[in-house]
Amino acid sequence: MAYKKRFDGRKFDELRPMEAKAGVISNANGSAYFKIGNTVAYAAVYGPREMFPRFLQNPKKGVLRCYYNMMPFSGSGERIRPGGSRRSQEISMVMVNSLEPVVDLSAFPNAVVDVFIELPQTDAGTRCAAISAASIALADAGIPMKDMVSSVAMGCVDGSVVTDLNYNEEAYEDGPVSDIPIAMIHNTKEISLLQMDGEISKEKLMQAIEMAKVATEKVYQLQIKALKEKFSQE
Amino acid sequence: MSIIIQERSIVIPGEALAEGMDFLPGDNTYRESDKIYAKILGMVTIAGRVLKITPLAGPYVPRAGDKIIGTVMDITMTGWRISTSTAYTAMLNVRDATSHFVGKDEDLSKIMAIGDSVIVKIVNVTSQNLIDVTMKEPGLRKISGGRIIKINSQKVPRVIGKQGSMISLIKSKTGCDITVGQNGLVWIKGTPEGESLAEEAVRMIENKSHHSGLTEKMEAFLKESGIDLGDVASAPANVPNEGTSDNTNEQF
Repeated sequence: MAYKKRFDGRKFDELRPMEAKAGVISNANGSAYFKIGNTVAYAAVYGPREMFPRFLQNPKKGVLRCYYNMMPFSGSGERIRPGGSRRSQEISMVMVNSLEPVVDLSAFPNAVVDVFIELPQTDAGTRCAAISAASIALADAGIPMKDMVSSVAMGCVDGSVVTDLNYNEEAYEDGPVSDIPIAMIHNTKEISLLQMDGEISKEKLMQAIEMAKVATEKVYQLQIKALKEKFSQE
Repeated sequence: MSIIIQERSIVIPGEALAEGMDFLPGDNTYRESDKIYAKILGMVTIAGRVLKITPLAGPYVPRAGDKIIGTVMDITMTGWRISTSTAYTAMLNVRDATSHFVGKDEDLSKIMAIGDSVIVKIVNVTSQNLIDVTMKEPGLRKISGGRIIKINSQKVPRVIGKQGSMISLIKSKTGCDITVGQNGLVWIKGTPEGESLAEEAVRMIENKSHHSGLTEKMEAFLKESGIDLGDVASAPANVPNEGTSDNTNEQF
C-alpha cells in the first residue's frame, strides 16, 4: 500500500517546475513573483516607512510586518472568505519569524517594512512560496539582509519522504501523511521555519531535513537568477 | 585567500565576496568567520583592500549636508514638520526658516502652510533618525508652481551628472528650472512643454542609468524631441550641492 510513485510522476526529491521574477509591481519599493507548480505568490514590499499605530513602534530597530492572503478564488473552487482568518494570521506570524533572522532593520528605528503576499492560485506549499517570494522582494527593495531565505515543503506520504507536496499528496487518504514546511537560511543552512502536521518517524524527519537542504538550494539558485536578471538588464 | 567576485558585478544579500583576511569589509558588507558577504543588493566596488557595495535599490538614508525637497505636513509651536519621503519627518525651526522677526503669537501658517513644498538642507541627523533642516542658505526656499516627480534616490547622482553636467544639459535644452533633492524628489518648473520634456528626460536617466555615454544619448534625445528655445537664456544653473546664489528667500 506504500506510496511508490508520485501522482504527477515526479521523483521523490524533485520539485515542481518553478518560476521567479523580481520587480513585478511598480508601485512597491520591491516586489517579486514566485510560482511553484500551480502555487503562485506575489510579494510586495513597502518601506521602511513611518509605523502606525504608533504604540507598535520599536525605538531600537525597525519592525517587519507580513500580510499573507489567499485570494477568494485561489483554491480548488470553494470560495475562500476574503479577509483575515486564524490561518492567515498564523502564517503571517511564522513568515515574520522566518524572515526576521536575516533582515537587518537596525538602521530604521521606529519604522516599519511591510510585506504583502497575495496568492492568486494555490496548490499546497503556499507559505513556502510566500517566504521565497518575500525574500526576493525584500532584496529587490534594497533592505539590508544578511542572507536569503529559501523555503520548500517536505513531507512523508505513506512511508515515503517526498519533496514539495502538491495538494493531492497532502490529501492522500490511504495512509499517514505529514506536511513539513521548511525555510532555510542559505549560507548557514540554519532552519528559520519548521512546522509539521501529520505523522512521521524521527528517522524520516531527519531524512526530510537533509533533503530540504538540497531542495532549498534549488530555490535559492532561482531567487538569485530572478534578482540578477532584473538588475543586470537595467 | 582571494576575491570571489569581480569588481562592478551585481551581488545578492548573502553572496560571498572574498575569502581570507586579505580584504576588509566596507559599507554594506559583513565578515563571518573568514569570508566577507554582501548585506544588500548592489554593485561591488573594490577600493584597495576594502570591499564596498553600492546599493542599486533601497531607501534614501538622510545625511547631514544633503539638499532635499519636502512638504510641510504639520505646524508646531516652534516651526514646521517636513515630510522627507523617508520613514522619518524633519523639523524646520522658525529661526532656521526665515531671517525676519517672528513674533510670539504670530501665525506660522502665514509663512508656510501645510502642503507647501520646500527645498531644505539637512543640518543634523541623530542615531534615532531625528532630522533637523534649515532654509537659511542660498537656493533653499519655499517652492511654488511646476511639478515634483519622484525617482529612485539611488539614481540621483546619475541625474545630476558629473559636476552637474547632466542636469545643466536638461535645464538648458528644456528651459526649465530643475532642482534635484537627494531624497529622490525632483522639482521642475518651466513651460508646460518644457516640463513634460524634462520629466521624460529625468525618467529616461532613471531607467538607463547604467548605460555608458548617457550624456550624449540625452543630448540626442533632447535635440530630436526638443522644443525650440531660440535664444532664450537657460535657467540659472543652481547645481545641487554647489549652492549658487540666485535671489532666494525673497518670499518672506
